[in-house]
Amino acid sequence: MSTETTTPVRVEDKLFQNRYLVDAGRPHITVTPHTVPSSRLLALTHVCPAGCYTQADSGQVEISTDGCVECGTCRVVAEPYGEITWNYPRGGFGVLFKFG
Amino acid sequence: MANEKFDAIVVGAGPSGNACAYTLATRGLKVLQLERGEYPGSKNVQGAILYADALEKIIPDFREDAPLERHIIEQRLWMMDDKSYCGAHYRSEDFNEDKPNRYTIIRAPFDKWFSKRVVQAGALILCETTVTELVRDAHDKVIGVRTDRDGEAIYADVVVLAEGVSGLVGARAGLRSIPKPDTVALAVKEMHFLPRETVEQRFNLEGDEGVVIEAAGTITKGMVGTGFLYTNKECISIGIGCLISDFTESDQSPYGLLEAFKNHPSVKPLLAGSEVKEYAAHMIPEGGYKAIPQLFGNGWLIVGDAGQFVNAVHREGSNLAMTTGRIAAETILDLKTRNAPMTAHNLAAYKARLDESFVMKDLKKYKNLPKVLHNKHLLTTYPQLLSQAAQTWFRVDGVDKKSKENEIVKSFFRTRRVKGLLGDVLGMARGWR
Repeated sequence: MSTETTTPVRVEDKLFQNRYLVDAGRPHITVTPHTVPSSRLLALTHVCPAGCYTQADSGQVEISTDGCVECGTCRVVAEPYGEITWNYPRGGFGVLFKFG
Repeated sequence: MANEKFDAIVVGAGPSGNACAYTLATRGLKVLQLERGEYPGSKNVQGAILYADALEKIIPDFREDAPLERHIIEQRLWMMDDKSYCGAHYRSEDFNEDKPNRYTIIRAPFDKWFSKRVVQAGALILCETTVTELVRDAHDKVIGVRTDRDGEAIYADVVVLAEGVSGLVGARAGLRSIPKPDTVALAVKEMHFLPRETVEQRFNLEGDEGVVIEAAGTITKGMVGTGFLYTNKECISIGIGCLISDFTESDQSPYGLLEAFKNHPSVKPLLAGSEVKEYAAHMIPEGGYKAIPQLFGNGWLIVGDAGQFVNAVHREGSNLAMTTGRIAAETILDLKTRNAPMTAHNLAAYKARLDESFVMKDLKKYKNLPKVLHNKHLLTTYPQLLSQAAQTWFRVDGVDKKSKENEIVKSFFRTRRVKGLLGDVLGMARGWR
């Protein structure tokens, strides 16, 4: 369709605009170790608005929380199934919206 | 602080928490407000539209120094297909009034301003402090909170949870459940900066006048959701959101959806040449009346997004947040005055007051609508039919008008059949009632 962008959207370019105070070495979300990812974990690889979830070559879903915008979507999708642990970053850390 | 006891602890410094803390503090109560962000607003995201009435009831003179962007004089509702929109616009000079009814705002500066007023009213606010759990006594009454600051308990007669849609404390304490994927939307948003004159020229505005666009249709690729575009003084807020359950069942990404919306031929020229300065995402409670959790208990109350207080049909949320925050505060003040304890029995007055307000009345009115909106034809088939109909009607091509009329009517029956059309109309009517 002519009205849509033909190149894939790079969420990294969007996150680049944002300010973060990263709590190095203390990720506030972790993926529970698994061999075969559930459909929910796989969905997060496209639903997470910050693209934090990726599928490794070995098949497992991994997370890097550095670009997390703390929306809570993955918590709603996967936490009740024990597939992730979810916390807010420690006070003061994480995304800092200038405009919000 | 461990030895200090407060009349009330408010968890969160968004619109509901600020409304509550302000109302309590101005009436002399000893209030502690806890906010996990570096400053109030640093974790908060909204479109954003401010509804003056709700704030006026709390801070009547807010217009004097609140950071407002533009007062809204024109509302555009767009039903979009891939190449077109079919719109209903309402613009009136009446909205250029002394005390305008709706404003666009930018949340970070607005929340900072609101928080400053809360502090001036006498409340104590601690930022960069995440509340980790509630503290209860032997009778299971909530008597305080613990934070990640030093882990020591801080005590109060009542704890107000204004922790937002994804608040952890209420869920961990078993006061409310984690929102279900089909009761919350995920919305993403960008801030596009342009020279002030450009915004005004593009949207036919003078001075601080503003336009807002709410859009639905094929832009959400069959998912239940909407897009929006709001004019601020020197920037445009543009965003799009869909139910999380729909996102998980699709192969769409929220940023892909936003990019396609921005590149829609009707939207692209409005943003041309702009500089993007922020990308944000947030959840929006969309479950309505039936998704509202228990709102009060022994020593605690829930206000704002944490209580699912969003009117999804009218895109109202911040006003419900401020109003529930205010009413919670008034309930607490009333009990304080009567020296009544903050028991579940006494705090039930909060729910009773809400039932009498527009908040519950509006949510109740649309209690069946979330189910109706799951009809995928509403946002895909109908926008396309509408666009075809409009094009048939407006294109002058030698075909007589009667034939055009017949063609339009037939297109609806051909696509949805009598039964489908009737079902859609009845469903909408039932949901709207």
